[in-house]
Amino acid sequence: METLLNRYRNITVLLLVIFGQLVLIAVQVRNDQDVRMVRVWSITAITPLARILETGRDVTSGFFRNYILMHDAREDNRRLQAEVDRLKMENQFLKSEISTADRAKALVAFKARTPSKTIAARVIAAGAGVNSKVVFLDRGSGSGVEKGMPVVTPDGIVGKVIAAYLTASEVMLITDPEFAAGVVSQKHRVSGTLKGQGQANCKVDYVASEEKVEVGEQFFTSGDDRVFPKGFPVGVVRVVRASSPYQEILLEPSGLEHGLEAVLIVLEGVHQAIPEMPPANAPVYLGTAPPPAPGEQALRRSGPAGTDADKLVQKYRQIGEAENVKFGEGGPGSKIADFNARLPPPGEQPPKAGEKSPAGAVNPGAAQKPPPPRTPAPQPPQ
Amino acid sequence: MTESGDRFLVGNQREQISRFRARVLLFVPLAAILFQVYVPRFFAFLGYLELPLLVTIYFALMRRSQIGGLFIGACIGLAQDSLSIKQPLGMFGIVKTLVGYFAASVGMRIDVEHSVIRLLLAFFFYFFHEFLYWVLQRGLLGKPVGFGVQRTLVLGLLNAVVGVTLFHFLDRLRERA
Repeated sequence: METLLNRYRNITVLLLVIFGQLVLIAVQVRNDQDVRMVRVWSITAITPLARILETGRDVTSGFFRNYILMHDAREDNRRLQAEVDRLKMENQFLKSEISTADRAKALVAFKARTPSKTIAARVIAAGAGVNSKVVFLDRGSGSGVEKGMPVVTPDGIVGKVIAAYLTASEVMLITDPEFAAGVVSQKHRVSGTLKGQGQANCKVDYVASEEKVEVGEQFFTSGDDRVFPKGFPVGVVRVVRASSPYQEILLEPSGLEHGLEAVLIVLEGVHQAIPEMPPANAPVYLGTAPPPAPGEQALRRSGPAGTDADKLVQKYRQIGEAENVKFGEGGPGSKIADFNARLPPPGEQPPKAGEKSPAGAVNPGAAQKPPPPRTPAPQPPQ
Repeated sequence: MTESGDRFLVGNQREQISRFRARVLLFVPLAAILFQVYVPRFFAFLGYLELPLLVTIYFALMRRSQIGGLFIGACIGLAQDSLSIKQPLGMFGIVKTLVGYFAASVGMRIDVEHSVIRLLLAFFFYFFHEFLYWVLQRGLLGKPVGFGVQRTLVLGLLNAVVGVTLFHFLDRLRERA
């Protein structure tokens, strides 16, 4: 018997286990009830591990989510930075365009204002070489440009044409060491020779040491060189050093101050007077006018009077009209106007001659016929 | 099969019996069940993996003990049942008990260290498991469920491939002599 059990032990255990589970299923199916205990054991064993897993998953996914968000933020930052750079470039370009348009407008205004015959040109290239002070313009002999013609901008002279080709011309800038032009100072009319130095500033040479030149003073072309017509701005004095026999004067060229894009080539120069005062195109701030005082309202409305003197003249004229007095006529002893009389308030018709005017108002008849006394005159004793 | 044939296939059986620590026998099935109930929440396609079955097959094959195999199968199956609320306890229990028993029986007779043998066994026992489960559902519970042979074959192949990899990993948890 024992041998038999040993021989079929495994299959016996198998059958018992299977049988036990079949009974379990049968009980559940028959009673339609669950075996709660076994489920509790399993769930109790599984849920702590599931909770640990879920916590780990939360932490891991949170980390990766944050990492991805950070990655996205970095990507956004990079994209926005690129956009900012692009917008900056665009802004710079638009500013440049506006500046170019402003300069073109100034050029047109200057061309209309100057008596010299000019032709507009654009700088299309600069001369080769680091120290090159030469530019090329898009106007040449085909447009009437000739060698030696001056080149200017509204701000000042720029240079002169040193070679004219059919479609372009070569211009030596005033900063070129070989450039020279006759100049004269605005304030003291000191003449000198402008020379380029190959640097930003130019030199005014041959100004005697006893001549008076001030820093900030402006120089204009003198016309002596037979190239630049007289009266074109050249630049502003920045440095004055006493030296012998000539002063050392450094000038900041005003024509190159705002860059060089569009210029005017003077085809036929006309000499102009050198202005006495600093150029009128310098911007001057003008504030708004103060509000009118109540008494001035009528005077301001009645005519285009601007200054106080104008207002006074207008007031006297109205008084004269009200009193039938014509200024500048009549000889000595003739009727004179009462300049202290008050004018009627605005909107009210001035009283006609002979009518009783309101208190204090001018009554023209009063001048001819004195008003009766309000109290009887004292009678002499009889 | 003759005795010489058994020796040819198994070699020295005593040397080939694998032993595992108790915590391995406890936590690996637990992890497999946990994987099946937890991971498909996030990766639905991983729901096709029957890791508890693969773990049952592995332990039954490697321990070469029919009683041990059937008890491992019964415990894992009952645990699976208990986590399936709509299913009476014992369905997976019976199926996995039989799988464990037969896998141990096979493991006693052939060399199960080879990957191809493992692949074939995993494929076979998956199919056997699914078929038996279908039979029990129809026979014991009277559920009119169908059996997709093609689908079962494909999933069997998938599980077999995963099983070979898993078995290779679980080999590292064996106690060394």
